[in-house]
Amino acid sequence: MAGNLNKAILGVKVGMAQIFDEEGKAVPVTVVEAGPCTVLQKKTENLDGYNAIQVGFYNLKEKLANKPIKGHFKKANVKPLRFIREFRIDNVDQYEVGQDIQADVFASGELVDVVGTSKGKGFAGGVKRHNFARGSMGHGSKYHRRPGSLAAKGPARVFKGRKLPGRLGGSRVTVQGLKVVKVYPERNLILIRGSIPGPKRGLVTIKNSVKA
Amino acid sequence: MQDIIRSIEEEQLKKDLPDFRPGDTVKVHVKVVEGNRERIQIFEGTVLKIRGAGLSRTFTVRRITYGVAVERTFLINSPRIAKVEITRRGKVRQARLFYLRGLTGKKARVKEKRRF
Repeated sequence: MAGNLNKAILGVKVGMAQIFDEEGKAVPVTVVEAGPCTVLQKKTENLDGYNAIQVGFYNLKEKLANKPIKGHFKKANVKPLRFIREFRIDNVDQYEVGQDIQADVFASGELVDVVGTSKGKGFAGGVKRHNFARGSMGHGSKYHRRPGSLAAKGPARVFKGRKLPGRLGGSRVTVQGLKVVKVYPERNLILIRGSIPGPKRGLVTIKNSVKA
Repeated sequence: MQDIIRSIEEEQLKKDLPDFRPGDTVKVHVKVVEGNRERIQIFEGTVLKIRGAGLSRTFTVRRITYGVAVERTFLINSPRIAKVEITRRGKVRQARLFYLRGLTGKKARVKEKRRF
């Protein structure tokens, strides 16, 4: 069924590059170091109220793991890993605790959705944050990048949800329908066409596309 | 992390690239797809600039045809480029030869580099 999550993998954004496809066209790609993700726990409808798998990813120095974390990983009989995330996958039976999810779950040409945390831009004005039009920078104009009128005079208040300057970035962002250009299973690399959210070394989740 | 990107680009880098520089006259053999047939077209002119690194390295060639100047930029490592032939070495003092754009006739020539 389309729209269901049936496979996902955690990865770290490496950076962007440009490669040539079979036609000789230059394609912009983002390189993601994806997996291996270890399944730590299976959550089931009966026990937990929902179906999901919990996975760990990225190596962690031994001394950085505290006792509760070590204990949790000991249950799955694996070394402590840096990130723990859950994927709400209906068919949890196809996974075993301790099993590794490798980059080759995705093949080239497949469509994926990528979830990441966007780069934080701090306190940003309306022009940057909401694509407001800016005023003239010259010709005697003193109205450069201000937000402008906030509303009509009648209600004598500003409605909720008014677009104003504020914190921009650093939020969870999903980009849908990106194409997998190439997969290197032995090196745990996935090349995705175009850009994906977040900084280099940022954690991203690659899922099967909900729209494909 | 940069090593990973470099190693991915390295797969497609051409190893047998001729060493041409701005000022050189080159023949670029470009693969052109017409319908489902592929043929090679030659674009000959002076190299104006070379920029970038790795797979995205490009060079710009300027030629004058029927009095109209044409500048084309190519990706050096593109598989669409079959071959680059150097026909003449130029003696220039700049890395970017944009000054050629403002010149015409005899002034728009590049001196040949002589080897002793």
